[in-house]
Amino acid sequence: MDLLVGQLFTGLSTGSILLLAALGLSLTFGQMGVINMAHGEFIMAGCYTAYVVQQVVGDAGASLLIALPIGFLVGGVMGLVLEALLIRRLYHRPLDTLLVTFGVGLILQQVARDVFGAPAVNVSVPEALRGGVDLLGVTVPKTRLFIMALAIVAVTAVTLVLRFTPAGRRIRAVVGNRDLAETAGISSRTVDAGTFFIGSGLAGVAGVALTLIGSTSPTTGQSYLVDAFLVVVAGGLGRIKGAVVAAVALGALQAVFETYSTASLAKVGVFIVIVVFLQLRPQGLFTLRTRSLA
Amino acid sequence: MPLRLKPKARDLARTFAATAAIAGLVATAACGSRAGEETAATESCVDTSGDTIKVGSLNSLSGTMAISETTVRDAIALAVKEINAAGGVQGKEVEIVAEDGASEPTVFAEKAEKLIREDCVAAVFGGWTSASRKAMLPVFEDNDSLLYYPVQYEGLEASENIFYTGATTNQQIIPALDYLAETGVKSIYLVGSDYVFPRTANAIINAYAEAHGIEVLGEDYVTLGSTEFSTIINQVKSADADAVFNTLNGDSNVAFFREYANVGLTAEDMPVMSVSIAEEEVGGIGVENIEGQLAAWNYYQTVDSPANTTFVEAFKAEYGADRVTSDPMEAAYNSVYLWAATVEKAGSFAVEDVQANADGVSFDSPEGTVVIDGDNHHVTKTARIGEISADGLLYTVWESDGPIEPDPFLEGYDWAADLAVTE
Repeated sequence: MDLLVGQLFTGLSTGSILLLAALGLSLTFGQMGVINMAHGEFIMAGCYTAYVVQQVVGDAGASLLIALPIGFLVGGVMGLVLEALLIRRLYHRPLDTLLVTFGVGLILQQVARDVFGAPAVNVSVPEALRGGVDLLGVTVPKTRLFIMALAIVAVTAVTLVLRFTPAGRRIRAVVGNRDLAETAGISSRTVDAGTFFIGSGLAGVAGVALTLIGSTSPTTGQSYLVDAFLVVVAGGLGRIKGAVVAAVALGALQAVFETYSTASLAKVGVFIVIVVFLQLRPQGLFTLRTRSLA
Repeated sequence: MPLRLKPKARDLARTFAATAAIAGLVATAACGSRAGEETAATESCVDTSGDTIKVGSLNSLSGTMAISETTVRDAIALAVKEINAAGGVQGKEVEIVAEDGASEPTVFAEKAEKLIREDCVAAVFGGWTSASRKAMLPVFEDNDSLLYYPVQYEGLEASENIFYTGATTNQQIIPALDYLAETGVKSIYLVGSDYVFPRTANAIINAYAEAHGIEVLGEDYVTLGSTEFSTIINQVKSADADAVFNTLNGDSNVAFFREYANVGLTAEDMPVMSVSIAEEEVGGIGVENIEGQLAAWNYYQTVDSPANTTFVEAFKAEYGADRVTSDPMEAAYNSVYLWAATVEKAGSFAVEDVQANADGVSFDSPEGTVVIDGDNHHVTKTARIGEISADGLLYTVWESDGPIEPDPFLEGYDWAADLAVTE
């Protein structure tokens, strides 16, 4: 019974990790419809940002706090450059975007391999986040609580920005109806670049946080990419709310399946559920009603 | 319509003709190689007339395995350099032809063929993953050439054309279990990556546990590279086993050991025995997360023997003081010396002479004396359990009473009878 209660927390924490990895993607893929296969590599860039900052700063706790905003900037700037150089030219060719960004991802992996070497590097966990907290008889690692908190902060921040700032309003306007937004004087190019900056920056933040639990190696991003896409697709394109619900649901499913079988079988189970779900509801959990004619 | 059919029919006929021709060629080639097997020694293109003799070094110099396999290449090159400095083999200088296996089994097979047929090497050293070995095996058998394979593996194989200088299961996994049983472990939990080595290893562990009264409390696999361990760790923790047997590979170890330490599990109350963590991996996991945990190998850089001191010093002098030596590197280094010693004993580079004279050939290696078993082409090896220490190196805490005879099919173990038949 203890185990089942523990699995509840596990589901939540797995969900928050998924959410953190998928949040940026729900902006770039969900809102803009750009299939960015290099999203995983932006996460990886965040991981290495945490590593580099820790090498410079030394203290693990301080470096984590410093690395979070820097990770956002690193991911964001990489996203901006990618958008300006390649994606902007391919907005109406989704398949080409997929291939090009996949190639960019491979290049970034190789760059990481050349700069940092192929074996995983170690990012130390701050003393304050080591060990676990006993909740209802199960030990929940503090690192996972931190990631949960960070996911909540990130979702809240994105929601507030989208809802209450002029920039957020412009983003929603372009997603709703690009032509009409342009007619109203909104530069959709600037908005696209901005959205991509925020989405990629969130990937960088996710990368910094994920060094607390996973490894930091050139292929790190790959392991999160598929799950992140699943969350966005299952949640429904264009809705942050969908990503949140889908991430938690997938996390819980994985945790429950895993209790009664093995980890790799649980993964299969989750995939089957998603396939069946998308058959019944191809648009995902939540849909965005747009006034676009397309 | 008929007009259109005609060229189509002609195309068809042409395709048939081409297919038939190719089939014919393949058949001839197949016959050729079959006939060649019987007279391989005379057909071999190895040139023994000059002052030099060529050997192949086939390792992944690019791709994901490059990080591991380049270290093996360095060890092979060091052994060749030392042998040449001591007068070569049969008075001939050994010349290395290096090829890149590119972490792809198919490339390994292709390059092995090239080394044998075009470069006419007397023997090839290298390979790492079981997939690369399985891909090269038919090439070496068909061309009747020699491969020296330096990595511990899942056993259940013995080719006439391969010499296995890494550990088979009874020289690594079984001693590790013996050690755990000796220290009073009554229950274990198995965690591994989902591919052939962990699955085979755990089949052996289950059979061993059943025969020795050890309870297996759980067996979990994660996909290669997975970093999600919270459920498994929860289960491991609530199972409260005496020890964990870890066959995870690569990056997964990082997430596993961090989570393990985070929920408060320690080496004192539930030690983890790992079979894929060597000096190289400890850095990435973070020594604070893994200090005190156990590993099972045959060699550590810290092994205390004159031969090892010489080896480590020579290696650092050649490649830099910051480099570490590991088990597969040492096995690769040994393999070159074993080949040279066999050739000297046979007085010939010919494959059949090397095979005929291999039995009993020995080398005073860094891990201790290793001796080739002529029947299964493996070598005797000393098993060592190492403890990971704060400096990132592994120190021997237990070693077997002398070298263990190789038994790739586990024929000497009653409890493993069912396992051996499966192959």
